[in-house]
Amino acid sequence: MNWLSNNWSTVLDLAGAHLIQSIVPVVVGLLISVPLARLATSRRWLRPVFVTGSSLLYTIPSLTLFVVLPLILGTGITSVVNVIVALTLYVIAILVRSCVDAFESLDRDVLQAATALGYKPVRRLFGVELPLAVPVMIAGLRVATVSNISMVSVGAVIGIQSLGTLFTDGLRRSIVSEIVVGIVATVLIAIVLDQLLRLLGHVLTRWQRTGTTTARERRRAGAARHASASGRDDRTGGGDPEGRDSVAGAPGGAGAVAAVEARGDRA
Amino acid sequence: MNLFSEAAQFLTDPANWSGATGIPQRLLEHVGYSVLTMGIALAIAVPLGLWVGHTRRGGGMIVGLAGALRSLPTLGLLTLFTLLMGLGLMPPILALVLLAIPPILSGTYSGVAAVSPALVDAARSMGMTEGQVLTRVEIPVALPVILGGIRNAALQVLATVTIVAYINLGGLGRYLIDGLAVRDYARMLASVVLVAVLALAADAVLALVQRLVTSPGLRLAGDRP
Amino acid sequence: MTPSPSTQRTRVAHRVLRPAAWAAVTATAVFALTACGGGSDPLAENSGDAASGGSSDAVTVGSADFPESQVIAELYAGVLRDAGVTVETKPGIGAREAYVGAVKDGSVDVVPDYSGNLLLFADKDATAASAEDIMKALPSALEGQQLSVLDPSRAENKDALVVTQATAEKYGLTSIEDLSSVCGDLVMAGPPEFQERAYGVDGLKQKYDCSFKSFQPINDGGGPLTVQALTQDDAQVADIFTTTPAIQDQHLTVLEDPKNNFIAQQVLPLTAPDRLPQNAVDALNEFSTKLTTQDLIDLNRKVSGDQQQNPADAAKQWLSDHGYEKAS
Repeated sequence: MNWLSNNWSTVLDLAGAHLIQSIVPVVVGLLISVPLARLATSRRWLRPVFVTGSSLLYTIPSLTLFVVLPLILGTGITSVVNVIVALTLYVIAILVRSCVDAFESLDRDVLQAATALGYKPVRRLFGVELPLAVPVMIAGLRVATVSNISMVSVGAVIGIQSLGTLFTDGLRRSIVSEIVVGIVATVLIAIVLDQLLRLLGHVLTRWQRTGTTTARERRRAGAARHASASGRDDRTGGGDPEGRDSVAGAPGGAGAVAAVEARGDRA
Repeated sequence: MNLFSEAAQFLTDPANWSGATGIPQRLLEHVGYSVLTMGIALAIAVPLGLWVGHTRRGGGMIVGLAGALRSLPTLGLLTLFTLLMGLGLMPPILALVLLAIPPILSGTYSGVAAVSPALVDAARSMGMTEGQVLTRVEIPVALPVILGGIRNAALQVLATVTIVAYINLGGLGRYLIDGLAVRDYARMLASVVLVAVLALAADAVLALVQRLVTSPGLRLAGDRP
Repeated sequence: MTPSPSTQRTRVAHRVLRPAAWAAVTATAVFALTACGGGSDPLAENSGDAASGGSSDAVTVGSADFPESQVIAELYAGVLRDAGVTVETKPGIGAREAYVGAVKDGSVDVVPDYSGNLLLFADKDATAASAEDIMKALPSALEGQQLSVLDPSRAENKDALVVTQATAEKYGLTSIEDLSSVCGDLVMAGPPEFQERAYGVDGLKQKYDCSFKSFQPINDGGGPLTVQALTQDDAQVADIFTTTPAIQDQHLTVLEDPKNNFIAQQVLPLTAPDRLPQNAVDALNEFSTKLTTQDLIDLNRKVSGDQQQNPADAAKQWLSDHGYEKAS
């Protein structure tokens, strides 16, 4: 790792660029997805539009979007904006879906109770619906974040700086350790952000673990969602001591998307 | 827009539909790499996922493994393997295999693990061997989820095969990388359109397969609240 | 798809975060997420200085996204520091269109470039091929774009057809002219753009009547993989840059190009008119009289393969060897 000690600052700079390109889309994507998903749950006809649209979007390779977006946005081909917009679209594709699921799985009784308590729609959204949707949303965010971090590096192929630059540069200079450093740094960032999001979900759902429901009730509640949307959240680890028959959560990623798609087709 | 008509021109030019650099040849290469990748990934991930799902041991390991593999940047693996192993077909294919394994693995594992224990116990009490439990009960019930994972892996592979042209292989990515080298945006756009169409077509086919092999009993069960 | 009744949820309605607290948490999270990336953005524009009037004394030296350009940029930076100019560096901006754009918009003041390719970038139809003709045509081609160049160096890095010693002996090759009779039996490797550039596959056909059996595109800028294709006999002829150390290290034969198929590519600083203070211009012009092609080969060797120095360190060594004592 001699190479690393001589190139700390380059790696840090690139890691910074990499972080920006992966995190900004997640934040922007989240801010766009929640209202879209809310809209899709209240206007039922929008749901298939969004759900199909997002899975179509997901079949487009990232490199493709990096190249096509400048033509549409009028940005330079090596502009970071392209990566950010492209990845934001992917984030929306993942999140709209999980948010729609999250909102749809809300218990009507709860909503009615909230309304009965005098919650106006906006307050009910922020005070009741969103908090209840947190576990599924966090799971979607984790999927989106991890896949973003991996996709950002592809931008290096067309000259957009990120940790991926270490791959293209390492190839040209024939330096194996440079590429290895790039891979390790990418994975580290993914793990750290994933754990931060898990922690955030943990903190935001503290209420969930204080309920006095029996394991059986909880299992019944969770099973239907778990079985179909396996791995969308891995609450099974802490929340469900008898998680034998609910799927042990594969945290996020394509598995979740696959499972969602599998269900989407059956629905 | 001018560019789009240029791209359309590229796609409709008969000269681009024949020969070693023609669209059919590139399409064939693209699908060929993808099939090879999926073949290897399936051979590794499905048995592993079935075994862990069936024995329900090592689930945590599978989850961790899939998560770790998923965060590996394919471009990094591609360049690393090429630098270590030299030019050739296998270094890029190996990088793609690592991309394809996580969705297949977690789909297979979680599909089988989600089969109700009551069902499995019933099958055992009917005198089925472990092998029969797996092939007659667990796999059929888990099939939609397993196929969902495979379908997702296939789409990711089809999309990502584009970047193997960054080294020296063919495939539809060739038009993208070659176009990029001379800033021929029309050709890049054409490449992009071809890959997207291929991915959509593949998705449709896989969705159909998924639907066809889902047991009718399961379809009903899926509707239960 | 009916949502399952979830008993646990009815019990939590009164325990959920209050709206204000919720909003605060969201805001904090969003802030934290944005902030943790915000500190070290290498792409953030620090264009203010030069763009807003040139009164500032800091000169920003940029580079393209390949190692040789980064090394030369570090040399420029050292030379300018030695001349008492305050320097910032912005390495690895990207391909030519990206760094030319950066020079135009003022986010970068000077960047190393190659005369021939720069001319073709500025004027697609340019026909100049020799070093002198290119330098005659270049200033006027750049003028309309608010760009300018300083004096060219003797150091040159251009495309060349390269074969292994064995291949050269087998077919008796010393120049591209000798190839024409055997081209049809040979596979050529090179960067993807070689298939289409005027000097590429078409140029060889027109000038030397040479059409290869096939072409293998390899995307490492004539780097290790291209050399490997040659030494493994996957390809017999390769387009490799003349400053690639492997040419000397692997005893490869560079074929002569009597018909000037490959145009001259002298290293020179690309800047904008009146962007640089006079002492900076003088220092760079002085430097360009010293830099040689062999220097580039040696520097390239240092930043790749086993030695893997970073461009700044490799440049430092050269600068101290050449009497630039205040370079760092």
